[in-house]
Amino acid sequence: MSSPYATTSDTTSRWGVRRWLAGAARWLTTPLTPDDYLRLVNPLWPAGGLCGRVEAVRSETSDAVTLVIRPGRHWVPHRPGQWVRVGVDIAGVRHWRGYSISSPPDRPDGCITITVKAVPGGLVSGHLLRRVARGTILGLGRPEGEFVLPEPPPSRLLFLTAGSGITPVRPMLHGLLAHGAATVAAGAGSRRRAPDVVLVHSAPTPEDVIFGEELRGLAARFPNLRLHERHTRTEGRLKPADLPGLCPDWTERSVWACGPPEMLDEVTAHWSGPADRLHVERFRLATPATSNTGGRVRFTRSRREATADGGTSLLVAGEGAGVLMPSGCRMGICHGCVARLSSGRVRDLRTGRIHGEEGDLVQTCVSAAAGPVEIDL
Amino acid sequence: MPTTVRLALIDVEEFGRELDRIRDEVIAGLGEDDAGYIRGVIAMQRRLELTGRALLFASWLPPAWAAGTAALAIAKILENMEIGHNVLHGQWDWMRDPKIHSTTWEWDNATPAAQWKHSHNFIHHTWTNVLGKDRDIGYSAMRISPEQKWHPIHLAQPLYNVLLALFFEYGIAIYDAELERIPTGDKSPKEALNQLRAVAGKARRQILKDYVAFPLLAGPCLLPVLLGNLTANMTRNMWAHTIIFCGHFPEGAEFFTEDQIENETRGEWYLRQLLGSCNIDGGRLLHLMSGNLSHQIEHHLFPDLPSNRYAEIAPRVRALCERFGLPYNSGSLARQAGSVWKRVLRLALPGPGRPRPEETAPPADELRAVV
Repeated sequence: MSSPYATTSDTTSRWGVRRWLAGAARWLTTPLTPDDYLRLVNPLWPAGGLCGRVEAVRSETSDAVTLVIRPGRHWVPHRPGQWVRVGVDIAGVRHWRGYSISSPPDRPDGCITITVKAVPGGLVSGHLLRRVARGTILGLGRPEGEFVLPEPPPSRLLFLTAGSGITPVRPMLHGLLAHGAATVAAGAGSRRRAPDVVLVHSAPTPEDVIFGEELRGLAARFPNLRLHERHTRTEGRLKPADLPGLCPDWTERSVWACGPPEMLDEVTAHWSGPADRLHVERFRLATPATSNTGGRVRFTRSRREATADGGTSLLVAGEGAGVLMPSGCRMGICHGCVARLSSGRVRDLRTGRIHGEEGDLVQTCVSAAAGPVEIDL
Repeated sequence: MPTTVRLALIDVEEFGRELDRIRDEVIAGLGEDDAGYIRGVIAMQRRLELTGRALLFASWLPPAWAAGTAALAIAKILENMEIGHNVLHGQWDWMRDPKIHSTTWEWDNATPAAQWKHSHNFIHHTWTNVLGKDRDIGYSAMRISPEQKWHPIHLAQPLYNVLLALFFEYGIAIYDAELERIPTGDKSPKEALNQLRAVAGKARRQILKDYVAFPLLAGPCLLPVLLGNLTANMTRNMWAHTIIFCGHFPEGAEFFTEDQIENETRGEWYLRQLLGSCNIDGGRLLHLMSGNLSHQIEHHLFPDLPSNRYAEIAPRVRALCERFGLPYNSGSLARQAGSVWKRVLRLALPGPGRPRPEETAPPADELRAVV
């Protein structure tokens, strides 16, 4: 694996030697990899199957916690605003969810944080809130997402957030304010002024504001940050019509918005500024509604589609559509037919159980579509 | 076949539904403990392998050689049987851990995982003990059922069964290429050649690891390390051969014809798995070291249920067989292995010309009528 900072010939040759050693070690560990043995010593060492260890769990509000995670050695630093896929084992089964990284990338201890708010009936958020303790090992993806600030940042910004929508914005604020402080300290030599930042955040009550104390502290300390808290239980939900009152020049600013889908839809509909100045982050929608009545099956790599009823296996549907389907026993025992589920959910024809998340491997011979489904074949 | 007579009295589909219920219950109960079990076995196996290889580096001391070789042999047995075989069956796919998944796993064996999954999971497990379909009956080389036609080459089968045991992993690797299907036109030479190429690639890495890389690293201990690795591999081969032959070939295991399985229902499939499989009685250590193939019956009824659950469902399956008046073939390792060898030796000779009445397979229509 190469480091983004390995530019000098010295580091390049060090990486070359490392790669050669890793290749040589593979001959000793075949058919496994050296990583498989490294993992026995410390799960944070291997390059493949990146993991993180929970170092601390901090309660933020009555229904939100922050997990401080030490990422594995091969973690690539994130940009403020990005999210990461987090894998957690619940009752022996691995579940993956995306969470915004709520820490700035330059934490002195090298850790990252995610802040999880309880989703009603949410399996993963419930588990992360109640069952995860210091020492838990979590799977980690790579930082992803384009909900980030440009470099250099614009001079006037508006952040519109609600609930856990503050989580990607917190590291951006830290970056902007630190940047602003540095430019002020640089004095007259610097031509750029500290950015003018407005944050409009909604939460049911003052106690429900995630990072509430910290945000109020920042607003008190930095004159270039204006904070408007909207407490929706008493003041009602924020409407786009309220915005000119709170921030008269809102359509002239660069806007970053993150919150519930209704709020984002309204903001997008009322936005009259240039489209490239409105940045919206939607947290992943829950998996689409499912039914027992089958659905449209799309085989993404073959670019073929079929409509299958709830009693037709994906295998039969695919074969009918002319997709080269791997298959075997056709009765659910040999696992010769497994394929990756790109989206949607499937029903196990043997038990009737509806299951499936993006990336799952499903047995196509005993699985039927439960709503629209995409298969990576 | 006495079994088929008893079958007249039973409701095969009800038998199947009872088994489905057991399966559903186990699946519903899978959880953290099961995941902990397989992760624990894998971690233990890898530590044991590291220990064995480290000890062999000190193998100028005879006790270190013995201990290192034993540790490596046990590690290889665990890796192939309780871990590899069962992971490749998809028994742990439910955990959705890409590191322990049938589609990503590769095992410490000459046969590439992909080929094994086809020949074993699909061909053998679907067509268990069906003559002309299940190639595992005598591995296309031995006469293991009286219904197979005798040929003078079978006189040598006791000898080549010993050789097969010693070099089992390579025997299986070549056997999976199904060379005997080329002359009949059932398989293209090109396909077989591609498979053999894959075997050669895999075997090359395996051989380089155990017989070149580790011996060279050991420097002055080159020869003892090489011999230790060879002993460990052969021990694993003989053990795997013994356990696998005890699964379907002891006295009492039944064979079937293609006619008998025409339009087979799920219940009838379950029944054939039961009648064609044999268990080995023993303690927890035997079950672990056999990859729980000591519960061959349960494994064949539910090939993708996690192996750590076979022991708990075995008494229920046995009770079910009693209720339906069906045989449940189980015996000690010595009895089952002795019985297999008796068969290998007996069937090396022609005959039995007229099988004893209870050994006669009923005509197809009779079986169809009763099941």
